[in-house]
Amino acid sequence: MSYLQIKNLDVRLKGGGPILRRVSLDVTAGQVHGLVGESGAGKSMIGKAVLGTLPRALEITGGAIMLDGTDIGTLPPAERRKRIGATAALIPQDPLTALNPSKRIGPQITRRLVDILGWRRADAQARALELLDEVHIPDPTRVMRSYPHELSGGMRQRILIASAFAAEPKLIIADEPTTALDVTVQKQILRLIAEMQKRHGTALLFVTHDLGVVSKVCDSLSVLYAGKVVEDARMQRFFMSPIHAYSRALLAATPTYTDPKGSLMPVPDTVIDAVELEIAQHDVRAQA
Amino acid sequence: MMYQVTDLHLSLPDMTRKPLVGAAPRIHILKGLTFDVPKGAVLGIVGGSGSGKSTLGRAMLRLLEPTSGQIVFDGTDVSHLIEDQLRPMRRRFQMIFQDPMSSLNPRRRVGGIIAGPLRLHGMETAGKVDDALEMVGLPRSFASRYPHELSGGQRQRVGIARAIALRPDFILADEIVSGLDVSSQAQVLNLLEDLVRELGLTLAFISHDLSVIRRLCSRIIVLDQGKIVEEAPTEALFEAPKASYTRALLQAIPLPDPYQVWD
Repeated sequence: MSYLQIKNLDVRLKGGGPILRRVSLDVTAGQVHGLVGESGAGKSMIGKAVLGTLPRALEITGGAIMLDGTDIGTLPPAERRKRIGATAALIPQDPLTALNPSKRIGPQITRRLVDILGWRRADAQARALELLDEVHIPDPTRVMRSYPHELSGGMRQRILIASAFAAEPKLIIADEPTTALDVTVQKQILRLIAEMQKRHGTALLFVTHDLGVVSKVCDSLSVLYAGKVVEDARMQRFFMSPIHAYSRALLAATPTYTDPKGSLMPVPDTVIDAVELEIAQHDVRAQA
Repeated sequence: MMYQVTDLHLSLPDMTRKPLVGAAPRIHILKGLTFDVPKGAVLGIVGGSGSGKSTLGRAMLRLLEPTSGQIVFDGTDVSHLIEDQLRPMRRRFQMIFQDPMSSLNPRRRVGGIIAGPLRLHGMETAGKVDDALEMVGLPRSFASRYPHELSGGQRQRVGIARAIALRPDFILADEIVSGLDVSSQAQVLNLLEDLVRELGLTLAFISHDLSVIRRLCSRIIVLDQGKIVEEAPTEALFEAPKASYTRALLQAIPLPDPYQVWD
């Protein structure tokens, strides 16, 4: 059962160049798919295109996004927003900026349920408490009444995870959810996301630049360069035998503490030139 | 010795708990740190968030004044020197910041950014800016560009150029690659390694990423809640970590290897 299907998605800067180049991917129920690439590769833009939160300067110029079987591009705007809100949710990168500093935690979790999905307030309240317990937050009643600044970074990220799962979405997009955390907290949070995702059978699109993280949480991945998917792979296969030269170079540039003094290889210019050429050829074909 | 730090304590007011009237309660951040940094060493300072690693760095550069204890820089006790006494010494210890976007003035050109500290210390700028750019592998023409015109890796090189232009003896690098992609990360680390060798620099490298630390540092101190829980040569620390906190840190790192035991 495909919860997210993207077919040949093209996104461009209005009156400018391409940002995403014919991106296709498929995430099924219970599957974790990684989106990997360097900054500017467009990995976050895929998530934003799905959630309908692309910056105003960008527009979708081709392709289709199917959310739980519905092509959201064909829906009228109001209908589309409703559908996305009911089907998909986001776990954002920075838990501090994602929470409103002047509001208590409780209403921030329940608001979406009440305002957008039309739940009764009492039901939303009960659901929020249940979820905070599920993400292992001690004393949920007290936390519901707390302000974001009273909680640690790890706690805040747990709250955003709880909030993302609140309405039982089919798809969750996690955009670099642990980049702001240190390694020990990162481990707890990644575990928690995996645990929640399995229990709820959610499809998860996991955006990250960290190949180490990918190898721990993803079942499959797409490697992006300049908005183009250069390699699509099952996770194990990718780490055992990456096919694309850029994928191999990216792996070689990743530092690992088990490899003492092994000289780090920045992605070589020859690889960059080759992949740039590949993309130029793609653009020529796309225009023809 | 470049640095001798003895029983360093530092506490700061906790402004989040300041009462309406009266002084804020103080939080004890560094709790009795003792360590040396030999000349030419590359010291790694590791710890989780809130462990006090950045505060330690700031105390070493005397951006913060220790509450008690001693910091000796190249034979001079700098622990409680006043700013007038510190200023002539400041040329000798420099810092590279984590986020080059916010530590480079967006309204100044790269040339002006690098020349700033040189002027401040009454040094000749002619030629020095070009030299610094060349040393960090950027073309001279970059002197006329603005920070927003550069990539993240290039901006971080400008940060490095600004620090080395003064020909300091010691550089503190605080999480300088954590915001970069792996590819630019590798370039910046390789560059730093070359500079340490060529200029005979002593370097303290603050990071939460042990993979990066192993690559660069000769000696490592591990901080947890303001205390040194382990100090060891790099190889020893990775081969046989003694403190349980160090082991937890190491085990938490996700390696790009699907078969890593990670529990």
